[in-house]
Amino acid sequence: MIPELGHFALWLALATALLLGVLPLAGTLRERDEWMALARPLATALCIAVGIAFVCLTASFVRNDFSVLYVASNSNSALPLQYRIAGVWGGHEGSLLLWVTMLCVWMAAVASFSRHLPQPVVARILSVMGWVAVGFLLFTLITSNPFERLLPVPADGRDLNPLLQDPGMVIHPPMLYMGYVGFSVAFAFAVSALIGGNLDAQWARWTRPWTLAAWMFLTIGITLGSWWAYYTLGWGGWWFWDPVENASFMPWLAGTALVHSLAVTEKRGAFKSWTVLLAILAFSLSLLGTFLVRSGVLSSVHAFATDPRRGLFILAFLVIVVGTSLALYAWRAPRVGLGSRFALLSRETLLLGNNVMLVVAMAAVLLGTLYPLLLDALGMGKISVGPPYFDTVFVPLMAPVVFLMGIGPLARWKQASLPELALRLRWAFAVAVLAALGSGWLAGRIAPGTTLGLLMAWWLVASVATDLWGRVKPREGAGIGARAALLPRATLGMMVAHLGVAVFIFGVTLVKTFEVERDVRMDMGDTTTIEGYVFTFRGVRELDGPNYRAARARVEVTRDGRKVADMFPEKRIYRVQRNPMTNAAIQTGFTRDLYVSLGEAVDGGAWIVRVYYKPFIDWIWGGCVLMVLGGLLAATDRRYRSRAAASVTPAATPAAPPPLAPAMRRVGTLEHEAP
Amino acid sequence: MKSRHKRLAIAGGVLASVAVIAALVFNAFQSNLVFFFSPSQVAAKEAPTGRSFRIGGLVQEGSVRREGVKVNFVVTDNVKAIPVSFEGILPDLFKEGKGVVAQGRLEGDVFVAREVLAKHDENYMPPEAAEALKNAQKVNERAARSVVQSSPVAAPGGRP
Repeated sequence: MIPELGHFALWLALATALLLGVLPLAGTLRERDEWMALARPLATALCIAVGIAFVCLTASFVRNDFSVLYVASNSNSALPLQYRIAGVWGGHEGSLLLWVTMLCVWMAAVASFSRHLPQPVVARILSVMGWVAVGFLLFTLITSNPFERLLPVPADGRDLNPLLQDPGMVIHPPMLYMGYVGFSVAFAFAVSALIGGNLDAQWARWTRPWTLAAWMFLTIGITLGSWWAYYTLGWGGWWFWDPVENASFMPWLAGTALVHSLAVTEKRGAFKSWTVLLAILAFSLSLLGTFLVRSGVLSSVHAFATDPRRGLFILAFLVIVVGTSLALYAWRAPRVGLGSRFALLSRETLLLGNNVMLVVAMAAVLLGTLYPLLLDALGMGKISVGPPYFDTVFVPLMAPVVFLMGIGPLARWKQASLPELALRLRWAFAVAVLAALGSGWLAGRIAPGTTLGLLMAWWLVASVATDLWGRVKPREGAGIGARAALLPRATLGMMVAHLGVAVFIFGVTLVKTFEVERDVRMDMGDTTTIEGYVFTFRGVRELDGPNYRAARARVEVTRDGRKVADMFPEKRIYRVQRNPMTNAAIQTGFTRDLYVSLGEAVDGGAWIVRVYYKPFIDWIWGGCVLMVLGGLLAATDRRYRSRAAASVTPAATPAAPPPLAPAMRRVGTLEHEAP
Repeated sequence: MKSRHKRLAIAGGVLASVAVIAALVFNAFQSNLVFFFSPSQVAAKEAPTGRSFRIGGLVQEGSVRREGVKVNFVVTDNVKAIPVSFEGILPDLFKEGKGVVAQGRLEGDVFVAREVLAKHDENYMPPEAAEALKNAQKVNERAARSVVQSSPVAAPGGRP
């Protein structure tokens, strides 16, 4: 009964989504208030319907209802409860349902936090999101119904892929999807602004917190994925340039560019067309990511099924979304007009430079990801593009971005002066060079690549410090504390996020340069020494888990005769799918990780053991966490929260010059005055 | 500077840097492409000698030999076979009789792998490996030799 209820709820959701796509939008065109007013109730109804479907599928998993094909293929009665729940998105059908559910979460958020927006704007935004929901609901219902029954009912399920039985599975996919789908909000804002012709600073201010929120979730999702791969795959890598990773990294790059471009549009009214284009791009790349990952064109743990209809459907959907929005863009964007003028050297041009570089980097990733698929589809042979390509391309592309990142925040809007910038940043640069050489020397090697990485990290730290000092140093009677209290959260957020990039680069550079990876054959009592750490193999014993058997080794680590840790790497065999799984043991430290994983048993109780020393690897994820924190600070800036200030502005008039709300002008002035 | 000139300068600057970057990207792309060859193609000397490439097929039953950290095994498409040597830890799902893809270069007659990829779940076969098998089989049938016994995992299978 429950599965049928869920299936019915999905059809109901589709009908509601169609109404939501048509009625409010038609209302804005015909100026019918009562149609536009339907947007919120319809969105709410859609969310409830999809919510019911999601709960039904979860209930089928929790109740071990193996008469549902999807449950039978992805669960097992011995599977612990948390993985039965996570199993909902453990396969293709359920992850689509998760996608739609996330879309509804965003839609509900937009519906409830948009009280200050004019009615036609809300109506258009929710309608556009309604159309996205129509696409995905159709996809789910036609090609991938998660509620399909299975007859005869099997006694037990085929179990969740052992690789996915990990706490990461519980949280990584929802976060990543929140990010992917979150860009649909920025997309809906952009498309509705194109339709309504009200692309202005106001629009940018409305869009910004939503974009930042989506960007934060995507950052969290990617970070979790990277960390999960690090500890679960047993290879000790944190990024493999796998097509699936690239699929999430491309929207991230476009989203990062969008966040920065929105800043210019909001503050200066410039780059409007570019910002809209980026919003369309970010969402299209999210869809492309979904297509790449879910269509089965990629061989990976993320690719579930190879049903050509599915790939074709997403591809068609992608073409419709990109095609329609670009056509709309071509039709409406020329009327948008240019924003205020700016000089050749100004914060605008520096941000433009950063934007171009980010988009080029995205294109480079796109090339490396799609070209092999394209050749294969055309039957021109099978090739692959590996990490060396991406490594070669990314460093030279990101170095200028990081350099600009240091200068941009200190440059004035509209017109900056080179001598002044040079004067303000000369110490930062000197400090960065010295610190890079110093830290390289301390770490034990001064090589070109390492020094470049360290220089980039220190340059960011030094320039953020210079920027901060310029904004808080005592002036006109106001002390440091008083001026710091006046710093807008958006500015603080920017600094924290940029420091996050510095920490990230620092981690990457040190790991790449100083990591030690060793595969050794170890018998009882054998030792191997890496960077002063002595690893002693103390044998393996068998133990039973809830749904697996494991061989667990004990590896004792000492340094200078003192014990550092006992590490317990495991090799598991899951009972149902009979697949072996490696569970690495990781001893995390502030400046280094020790990583031990079991390879395979060889003659007479000995094992091939992988022993890694990874300096500063946790700084990579730490940097990402800082970036997310920065995004959070910026998204909660006062100017996005002050409804009063926003509602003062008259309902947006088409192509009007950007009306600056009083509150924003005040904040803006503060920022401009900062020397 | 007049605003028209300024816009020209910006557009020119952006175009020039994008051109430089594009050149860099395509160069890196060209030199890092990895091509795929089946054991039959390698046996026919179609594979490059000085460059790394990928092979795929099945791990021949009974061919895996371990010597400490070193492993030797044979990859076959049921028509031709290549000996492969690898140093390190094989992926969890590497098994005799199952699909595998390896990346490395030819040294003499031995394929020295730097990386070995296996499938991610029980029924899944890397598409490259599946295709190599399929092609080899076709050639085989055309040659009207005795039909090669088809492998237990012949097609890239999804879940049921």
